[in-house]
Amino acid sequence: MALDQSFVGRSYPPTDPYEVGREKIREFAAAVGDANPVYTDPEAAKSYGYPDVIAPPTFVFAITFKAAGQVVEDPQLGLDYSRVVHGDQKFAYSRPVRAGDRLSVVSTIESVKSLAGNDVIDIRGEVHDETGEHVVTAWTKLVSRAPEEA
Amino acid sequence: MASQIQYADVEVGTELPAASFPVTRATLVQYAGASGDFNPIHWNEKFAKGVGLPDVIAHGMFTMAEAIRVVTDWVGDPGAVVEYGVRFTRPVVVPNDDRGGLIEVTAKVAAKLDDNRVRVDLTAMSAGQKVLGMSRAVVELA
Repeated sequence: MALDQSFVGRSYPPTDPYEVGREKIREFAAAVGDANPVYTDPEAAKSYGYPDVIAPPTFVFAITFKAAGQVVEDPQLGLDYSRVVHGDQKFAYSRPVRAGDRLSVVSTIESVKSLAGNDVIDIRGEVHDETGEHVVTAWTKLVSRAPEEA
Repeated sequence: MASQIQYADVEVGTELPAASFPVTRATLVQYAGASGDFNPIHWNEKFAKGVGLPDVIAHGMFTMAEAIRVVTDWVGDPGAVVEYGVRFTRPVVVPNDDRGGLIEVTAKVAAKLDDNRVRVDLTAMSAGQKVLGMSRAVVELA
């Protein structure tokens, strides 16, 4: 079922702040097998000029994807999440995410298309810290595959 | 930012040190916990096959996380990455054996931009197939 074009441009309310913890960053870095000390050692992070440990580049996806749930689960939009796959992902950083950040996300529907029976939706997540400084923008393309012919 | 690579020292075509990243079922369980993505296609073989996949597959975001390590290991400071994007073209299949799957990543400088920035194009392969498309990072060098 084609999604309603009138959803293009719709923004959702900012999410409650996600507080980034040192141990969560450590857990993520370990899970991707990355031993860079800038993720785990505050002194190493300071030597690069950061006030605390920073997170690997893709860490923030867990936060923006949860925020995108507002879109995905919007009953008015009617996306069939059981058929959704992740098409593209992009990030543009103003600075790295770091321990102590309290991050809030505003999700916006950038485009809605129907391609070969698949619903394709582009969601932009703007991530700001609690001072209002922009940290990163995440673009997520989700594809809801057309049901197979019976 | 504190890149250990000088902008003046790289040219279009400069290759970054390549790397390979093994991925087993245990890796995927650990990544699921760390990322909060518990989709069963990443750990439950019966479920994965039931939705038409050849076997359990890696999280696309896990592959994306591994691929950029070729860039962050090169520059030293991960904060030098100012943009990073990928297209998920094929899944990384992770069989339930001693070896699992392998993600092989190569990268080269594709363009020199303003402000000491370069565009790096990445290639990620698994089992002889390209698993990421349009995989590009913009990196600020010293």
